[in-house]
Amino acid sequence: MDILLAIAIMALGAVVLGAALGFASVKFKVEGDPLVEKIEGILPQTQCGQCGFPGCKPYAEAIAKGEVDINLCPPGGMEGVQKLADLLGREVKELEAEEKPKQVAIIDENICIGCTLCIQACPVDAIVGAAKQMHTIIAPLCTGCELCLPPCPVECISMEAIGENLDNWKWKYPVVEIKAAVLQKAA
Amino acid sequence: MLMNLFKFKGGVKPPTNKTQSLTLPIAQAPLPSRLIVPLHQSIGGTPRPVVQAGDKVLKGQLIGKADGWISAAVHAPTSGTVLEVAMHVQPHPSGLDALCVVIEPDGKDEWIIHGPLDYAAMTPEAVREHLQQSGVVGLGGAVFPTHGKLTASKTVPMDELVINGAECEPFITCDDLLMRERAEEVVRGIGIFRDLLQPKKVLIGIEDNKPEAAAAMRAAVDALNEPFLVVQVPTLYPAGGAKQLIRVLTGKEVPAAKRSTDLGVQCFNVATAYTAWRAIAYGEPVVSRLVTLSGNVHAPRNYEVLIGTPMGELLKLAAPHPDTDGIVMGGPMMGFLVPNEQVPVVKATNCLIAHSDRVFPPKAPEMPCIRCGACAEACPHELQPFELYWFSRAKNFGKTQEYHIFDCIECGCCSFVCPSRIPLVQYFRFAKSEIWAREREKNAADGAKTRFEFKQLRDEREKAEKAEKLVKVAAAQAAKKAAEAAAAAAAESGAEAVETVAAPITAVDAEKEAKKATIAAAMARAKAQRDAAPARNTAAVTIEQQHAIDDIEARRAVLEPAPQTSAAPPAEKAE
Amino acid sequence: MFAPAPFLLKNTSVSQVMTQVCIALIPAIAAYAWLVGPAILVQLVIATFTALLAEAVMLYLQRKPLALFLPDGSAIVTAWLIALTFPPLAPWWLIVVGTFFAIVVAKHLYGGLGQNPFNPAMVAFAVCIVSFPALMSQWPNVGLQASLTEQINIILGFSPRVDALSGATPLDAMKTALKLGDGGVDIAQLLANQDIYGNFAGRGWEWVAAAYLLGGLWMWQRKLITWHIPFAYIASIVLISGALWLYNPAQFANPLFHLFSGGTMLGAFFIATDPVSGCTTPRGKLIFAAGAGLLTYIIRVFGGYPDGVAFAILLMNLCAPVIDLLTQPPIFGMKDEA
Repeated sequence: MDILLAIAIMALGAVVLGAALGFASVKFKVEGDPLVEKIEGILPQTQCGQCGFPGCKPYAEAIAKGEVDINLCPPGGMEGVQKLADLLGREVKELEAEEKPKQVAIIDENICIGCTLCIQACPVDAIVGAAKQMHTIIAPLCTGCELCLPPCPVECISMEAIGENLDNWKWKYPVVEIKAAVLQKAA
Repeated sequence: MLMNLFKFKGGVKPPTNKTQSLTLPIAQAPLPSRLIVPLHQSIGGTPRPVVQAGDKVLKGQLIGKADGWISAAVHAPTSGTVLEVAMHVQPHPSGLDALCVVIEPDGKDEWIIHGPLDYAAMTPEAVREHLQQSGVVGLGGAVFPTHGKLTASKTVPMDELVINGAECEPFITCDDLLMRERAEEVVRGIGIFRDLLQPKKVLIGIEDNKPEAAAAMRAAVDALNEPFLVVQVPTLYPAGGAKQLIRVLTGKEVPAAKRSTDLGVQCFNVATAYTAWRAIAYGEPVVSRLVTLSGNVHAPRNYEVLIGTPMGELLKLAAPHPDTDGIVMGGPMMGFLVPNEQVPVVKATNCLIAHSDRVFPPKAPEMPCIRCGACAEACPHELQPFELYWFSRAKNFGKTQEYHIFDCIECGCCSFVCPSRIPLVQYFRFAKSEIWAREREKNAADGAKTRFEFKQLRDEREKAEKAEKLVKVAAAQAAKKAAEAAAAAAAESGAEAVETVAAPITAVDAEKEAKKATIAAAMARAKAQRDAAPARNTAAVTIEQQHAIDDIEARRAVLEPAPQTSAAPPAEKAE
Repeated sequence: MFAPAPFLLKNTSVSQVMTQVCIALIPAIAAYAWLVGPAILVQLVIATFTALLAEAVMLYLQRKPLALFLPDGSAIVTAWLIALTFPPLAPWWLIVVGTFFAIVVAKHLYGGLGQNPFNPAMVAFAVCIVSFPALMSQWPNVGLQASLTEQINIILGFSPRVDALSGATPLDAMKTALKLGDGGVDIAQLLANQDIYGNFAGRGWEWVAAAYLLGGLWMWQRKLITWHIPFAYIASIVLISGALWLYNPAQFANPLFHLFSGGTMLGAFFIATDPVSGCTTPRGKLIFAAGAGLLTYIIRVFGGYPDGVAFAILLMNLCAPVIDLLTQPPIFGMKDEA
């Protein structure tokens, strides 16, 4: 008798908990796919296409589906790969392409012919100009995606690395190797 | 003064080391060999240079025009010739350089024409404008443009105006001597602030280790018949921090998220009041300030120094000992070692300490944190520094913000008391600059995403509009042809049907053909231009055109001095 | 050359803090040696030696510089606390096992100085009392007339353990008497036996506890500890023992007895105040210590062990991070919102 009672209690408990879970899965269902948004939040929004997808959102969707690797985004750098790995629980891999320092494009105004091809190519509208008028790149808006370099028929666009200046300078991480500190004191 | 003073928790009592620089009165520093005047000497926008190499300038002449509301002008500290407007190393812990105007003094120290202003007739806006154009900034160390702080909040009435004469950091005595020797002008300057802010009370806070300064200020206040209260506050570092002094004198606690005007109180340094008075009463812009020279020197003293004086040259006046191995700008609690001896004195420089192992013994190596809580007891903002340390070290920046890292004023009390010798403030600075950098990146990324989405929207819209237009054009053509065909062969009724079926197909083809034709035409035009035109239209220019080109090139060289710097002037500021 | 501000620091260091804790323990050690016997000094030596050896080995394995970490004194404080809480005539290997466990497992395997979630000395005590309950309950009768040489021989195992060692502590004696008496014993009658219970809390032991109190007050005056933990610990024991004693003085001892017997004073001032494993916020400290005091009393009176200080503190060590999280004080400028 005791054992039948025990089984009955366990069964009842399972039914109650199952009902609760089912109710919660219906009542608290989240619309849309928040994972894609989270992944997109990590990607740098350069819209350069180096990952092989036409923009950051398609790449995010592909990652969410599990179709591609997380190490295809050079502008995000290893830090981006690390963040994606943390979010998705996947392994951290080396970047496919080589990581370049942050750069902006600059137009040599002496050579520019005002063809507007680069303006059409820029995915984030960082180039100002009109037909037969001088074109210029608004440096703070440029993401360094390099999509404007190929279309230019006179090759007047080049990339320049953003150096450290007083506005973007950061304090360094103060952790030093213990051995180094002790050796310095002895020296 | 029988006034109820409040207390703030925490604080430390380091040895003050002030007596050595108080024995002699303020001296004038002689003209240095060169003056390197940085353009960016205040929080906010960088002033634009209005002079170039070769120009002759007079003392007090404008060399940098204020850029925006939160920005203050910069002036030539003495008469002479501008040698260059170039990048020079700044007195900043990074050792990076920024644009400076380098002036060679001609020895005459000749002022521009200047004179007192008719203060009584000036509107408050005019006074603020004049202070901005005179380069008046907070000389307590924050160098915030003073005119930006002289507007009361619209919703909260101004209760107290606090004047900071506390000078709590060890070694520094410039404010002390300023109050002793020039109290009357300081009080008059306070009067200007009082007129602009209309507070109910004016409280001048002076630490109780400065009895002579307090006496001099009281005498000046009495002589000028002003209702200001000179209050002596207990000597405790950092009682001279703006928020701490406000707490001690008024009991109000201002958190990082709010401005002090939201609580009806504003705070200014005594030296700022002095320069404001000089600007109004004499028309003198800010070209010099008092600097304490102390530390590993024979003759510590306070000097009135021209802005832009190279620090090594200045320190020689105090005869540093031979084992000096660096210069600290600021005090021992919050100062930093300057990158080299040639960096100039700026408006934020209140003290130079000659560094040596005798004066500042090298610190023991950092040990692990034992969570003793001494730092939390010492923190004047009642934060938990050891928690911030653990999170900053782990780069867990979200948690550091939960524990209020931006309320940290980097006073150094926590590092001072830590038995494990952990440089806590360095961790917090690291965390703060990382958080700011990430915010900047995120803002840039969000902006890029918005523009990208709008561009896609725009492209699709254009495509749709073009397709519509071409359909209309093709339909009109087809209709015309159909009308002709109908006129020619009225009996054939099926022809219309055939024509209308063919119309949509030809519309798409027509669009493609039209596009191809346009592109081909453009490419052909570009090629023709390239082949036909001479290599550069600059090959054969007239003399006038050449002069014009040279002027443009010269101006460009000023604005973009070196090819390896960033391509455009920086647009965002960190604050 | 890069050196960050502040350039002048307060004259303090980890080894200074630990040295002062050891100094605060000296009055108690002196009282102990005088009243109970000089064996404690031998145990201190054994424990210190083992602790330093274990620490040196672990630092070497972690590639940390010994010259920097060994003199910090934290291992010595742990060793002394172990020696003071273990029976003074315990065999030498028991002390070695306990100290070894404390330094290697409870301290270094969690990351070393500043990283241990549990108080290492209490971990050692808990491990040994669970593994060797008989040996850990053999306390000498006070006023043992054995000389130092005899005591050393007993510790080192050269002499057999004689009956003089199988006495119980006053707390243990009371617990056993109450159990045997089964409700018919009056504590006041028990306490009249001055041979075991001394003047108010245990012959000889009460003065050792008083010496801990003295050392603890000295540490407080030197600002090594704040008042929160000792006050809350003692207050909670006084409150609960006082309440139950007023309710039934025959079955429950008075607060004075509880304060000065066993490890109450040692726990209040030296063990619960360990900064690494305890709470750090002021309110958190009060809650932590009050909880520890309550648990100490409950284990003593209703639990299975004669003294509950070690387990009470270990249990509260488990709760310390959550208590800290929930008791973060409001900061400057945000007190109205908090």
